[in-house]
Amino acid sequence: MSMPSYPSSVRVERSRDTHSSAGEKRALASLGGVPRLRSGRTGLGLAVALVLAAPAFADSLLPPARYANVQLPDPRQERQARALMETIRCLVCQGQSIADSNAEMAGDMRSLIRERIQAGESPEAIRAWLVSRYGEWVSYQPVLEPATLALWAAPALLLLGGLWLARGRFRRRRRA
Amino acid sequence: MKRLVLWLPLGAFLIFLAVVAAGLYTPRQEAVPSAMIGQPVPDFALQPAIPGRPGLTSAELRSGRPHLVNIFASWCLPCRTEAAQLAELNRRGIPVDGIAVRDREQDLAQFLATYGDPFRAIGADIDRRVQLDIGSAGVPETFVIDGRGIIRHQHIGAITDADLPEIMAAWQEASR
Repeated sequence: MSMPSYPSSVRVERSRDTHSSAGEKRALASLGGVPRLRSGRTGLGLAVALVLAAPAFADSLLPPARYANVQLPDPRQERQARALMETIRCLVCQGQSIADSNAEMAGDMRSLIRERIQAGESPEAIRAWLVSRYGEWVSYQPVLEPATLALWAAPALLLLGGLWLARGRFRRRRRA
Repeated sequence: MKRLVLWLPLGAFLIFLAVVAAGLYTPRQEAVPSAMIGQPVPDFALQPAIPGRPGLTSAELRSGRPHLVNIFASWCLPCRTEAAQLAELNRRGIPVDGIAVRDREQDLAQFLATYGDPFRAIGADIDRRVQLDIGSAGVPETFVIDGRGIIRHQHIGAITDADLPEIMAAWQEASR
């Protein structure tokens, strides 16, 4: 039996699948797509309405992808897929993994991962495929390379520094 | 020597502060560039999104002539603003091929009737697979692909008048 899997947190944040900038927003306003804000209470009301209405514009009208919110029938495969999703970055919400995001694009990526796992592909092969499309950026598991050296070395260096400080303190105390 | 060591923690703190300040004041980079630039376009065959107009296949993109591929959707607000710029590119002799992401035929027809229709062919990317395969992180995005099917240029976000020279240049480069 397939059970829905839920995003682990509830959010009010907008999930945007569309690229937009200030210039485009002005252009939109002139097209009549978005009402221009007036000052005062109407302006505030409009702003609130806009924020509430925004997600409706950001997603398509098609239903979610097949395995976006549906677990794989095989629990072992589902576990693999889930573990991978938690370390793949959502492209449109950027601070979240695709397991946590309810953006439509994240749902499409979850479905893609589940379908590929089901077809027998290994999680690391799928990660490599995504990295070849979006760069290392898309993975929450940084590889060891010159650019990430500081990231990997920092914990060890800090620990060594702490030990060195502690050693100094203990020595002084013994002498006293 | 001992004096100097006393200043070390403050020095380290100031460096930390500088790093944080630099991070805070650097504008946030939201665009996720495709890692597929310079790579051959992946294999795909998209059905026509609109009856009577061709769909889009990777074979067509490798047919010897360069292609401008616009990834868009009727549900995407910024996509509405770039119809004029795409029409302008048409006028300058650049045909525009479209990939409609997660779109329905009736929505698409209405979108084209309302905002303009610069497209020679439109492929229907119902499940977003082609968008993910090409490394596109949202709509709208525009790719310049050369005659051998190598992805040469990616424009992220709606095309404004100011972007036209850059796209023309990429087109010239791909036509060589």
